Amino acid sequence: MHMPAALRRDGATDLAPIQGVVTPAETSPGGLLRFITCGSVDDGKSTFIGRLLYDCQLVLDDQMESLAKDSRRYGTQNEDIDFALLVDGLAAEREQGITIDVAYRYFATKKRSFIVADTPGHEQYTRNMATGASNADLAIILVDARNGATAQTRRHAFIVSMLGIRHVVLAVNKMDLVGYSQERFDAVAAEFAQIAGKLDFAQAVAIPISAKRGDNISSRSAEMPWYRGPVLLDHLETVDVEEAAADDAFRFPVQWVSRPNSEFRGYSGFVASGTVTPGTAVTIQPSGVRTTIKEVWLAEQNLDEALVGQSVTLTLTDNVDVSRGDVIVGAAQAATVTRHARAHLLWMSQAPLKPGASYFAKLATRATAAAITAVHHTVDVFDYAPVEAAGVGTNDLASVTVTFDAPLALARYRDNRELGSFILIDRLTNETVALGLIDEPQADTASAPVMASAAQPGQLVSNVVTWLSQAREKPLRSIVKAITWRTTGSIDTFVLSFIFTQDAKISAAISGTEILTKLALYYGHERIWAHLRFGLRRVPAPDTQPSK
Amino acid sequence: MTQLSHLDRLEAEAIYIIREVAAECRNPVLLYSIGKDSSVLLHLALKAFHPGRIPFPLLHIDTTWKFREMIAFRDRRARELGLNLLVHTNQDGLAAGITPFTAGSRNYTDVMKTQALKQALDRFNFDGAIGGARRDEEKSRAKERVFSLRAPGHRWDPKRQRPEPWRLYNTRIQPGETLRVFPLSNWTELDIWEYIARENIQIVPLYFAERRPVVKRDGAWIMCDDERLPLAPDELMEVRKVRFRTLGCYPLTGAIESEAATLEDIIAEMKQSRVSERQGRLIDHDDAASMEKKKAEGYF
Repeated sequence: MHMPAALRRDGATDLAPIQGVVTPAETSPGGLLRFITCGSVDDGKSTFIGRLLYDCQLVLDDQMESLAKDSRRYGTQNEDIDFALLVDGLAAEREQGITIDVAYRYFATKKRSFIVADTPGHEQYTRNMATGASNADLAIILVDARNGATAQTRRHAFIVSMLGIRHVVLAVNKMDLVGYSQERFDAVAAEFAQIAGKLDFAQAVAIPISAKRGDNISSRSAEMPWYRGPVLLDHLETVDVEEAAADDAFRFPVQWVSRPNSEFRGYSGFVASGTVTPGTAVTIQPSGVRTTIKEVWLAEQNLDEALVGQSVTLTLTDNVDVSRGDVIVGAAQAATVTRHARAHLLWMSQAPLKPGASYFAKLATRATAAAITAVHHTVDVFDYAPVEAAGVGTNDLASVTVTFDAPLALARYRDNRELGSFILIDRLTNETVALGLIDEPQADTASAPVMASAAQPGQLVSNVVTWLSQAREKPLRSIVKAITWRTTGSIDTFVLSFIFTQDAKISAAISGTEILTKLALYYGHERIWAHLRFGLRRVPAPDTQPSK
Repeated sequence: MTQLSHLDRLEAEAIYIIREVAAECRNPVLLYSIGKDSSVLLHLALKAFHPGRIPFPLLHIDTTWKFREMIAFRDRRARELGLNLLVHTNQDGLAAGITPFTAGSRNYTDVMKTQALKQALDRFNFDGAIGGARRDEEKSRAKERVFSLRAPGHRWDPKRQRPEPWRLYNTRIQPGETLRVFPLSNWTELDIWEYIARENIQIVPLYFAERRPVVKRDGAWIMCDDERLPLAPDELMEVRKVRFRTLGCYPLTGAIESEAATLEDIIAEMKQSRVSERQGRLIDHDDAASMEKKKAEGYF
């Protein structure tokens, strides 16, 4: 057994030996696989992709020529071909020898076509890594065999899991630099198995490779006879990432209202989930208006059915009010319509999160205002434990409550990606500051935070942040506090009076009278202060609810 | 359950992107270069808004050095489809006598294409321009966003590009900023050809092999499209069966010798090819980061 058992839960073994690879475009019976490469800086991601393309004979003659030229000019491999230069296309990247931005590459073998996003390893560019991961089915996490999992490996593994990628490959790279040692590979794989155990992966496979030398990329390495698992390309060609759709309810965010003439009124959009046929009863959300699908159009084709993933135009039997940003849903399985949700944010801006401040939000096709009304905790990327948040800054992962300006159709991200994901945009700079994933929509009436009513018309503003209003005391608490404090105080008064007067009777009279007068004074004083804002400071809230 | 094919998915994604531009940009435009990618883009825009009309104009930057067949095709399609087609030429460049022969390819491209495009975008006050660029064309294109933010002056700063998770495109811009939008980002050259075949999309006949008058220059076959092409004393015009993988300004676009006279032939030939499509473009060979530099200056 050369792989820790915990790492292979799919039970897949005995994969067919690799077939010859071909230039793009034979039919790809295996369909399309979108994957990312991620991991720490210098773990060889770009080199790995360059090697993969080269092994698949996808580097064309003129590209090979300029690669040879570039390798001599910028290469880090002395006289050898530097495969990283095939993908690091920006001048700044070539100069610094690092990847800054996501590069997308397209290739196909006889079995499958692939879109690979090569994502940056530097912590500074985590947002670009998350962007690449948001649309991927599988992640290849590279680690340097000499170093094993780093903090950045753990961060990437967490983001990969959070974004719902269920299939990962741990590519233990640079095996040539540890003498192709099986012990070293097993140690790195075991360490990663522990990390993966805390995350939500369906399958994690560890493969020992050398991207530079081509070991176990497209052909079996002669240096590692002890490894009997699949070589990397083989695994990519055969891995099954199709999952039963978590939510097959019909969801259709309206993108464009089509009214070319008085006879035609259609609603164009992208089928986010489920299917729909003419005659199906639907609800328009958030308005709640009921109607029925009349026709499904894809350009001039009148379809029997709209499928998930299609861009179509729907007509309705009734003349109802539907605008961009509304969601047409199956009437039998309506979505939750609410303003509030528990969510995870990946904060991407240099400027920290301003709790309570108004941001622009985009969720499916709906543009609205939103505020983060509570920060529950941030996540430690090393052990994934919740941490009391002093603030949310660049690359922080935070558990928050988000409150939208108006009610809208929401879903848990794990159930429905389109209605469960959003971005936040800064009102002044228009920068995309965060990406958000909804953990749980929350009913408007429940314990959801109440917003201040002093908002400008049409704008969601909240200067009162929830944990401040939670700190305001009820009268009963003031009374109890007053009694306990006065009892303590009066015992003190009795002791002092007795020391000075040596008379227990007078001491008792003084302290007994004082209890009553000062009780009343203290209560009044407390209630007045409870309504004054002077001297209060806004601080991120400690987590009052246990995290999920 | 019926499964969508790879081309179905690419089509649905591109239509989604085009509709986002129409819905969120104040004054968008579709950059129409008459090539195969533009033909696909136009077809997708027609599909996106059917039975309505395309809710924005098309813009062609005419350098005055395009193949004659391209201009004839452009005008015929605009007429047949009733398109709102705008044509812009850099009159200053024309007046200054800038030609592909006198200025050097880099300078010529800058004046007659990049500057001309910027003039047109400013003149019509467009805030979003849809183009047919694909990520598989070139390395710095591989890093391009679907919605690419351009600073005032149309400059592209790769470090200021916005994260683009899922299908959530941030289209908010400041005064002076513009967006370039690429609905075909995830298409490959082969996808384009297979889609053209599947949808029966009209393209300029120069893509099909035919006997044409050409001259060998810098290792490429240059077509003698009109009498403006000066021939050096040692250059000999000959008639060869050639076709083009990309189309641009005829003195800068190399043909390949080919027998491929149908779409099926072209697709079969592509699968055998060992060189990339940009090899035929003389302007891209200046140096490794040349595309990135041109883009930073505002080239599409």
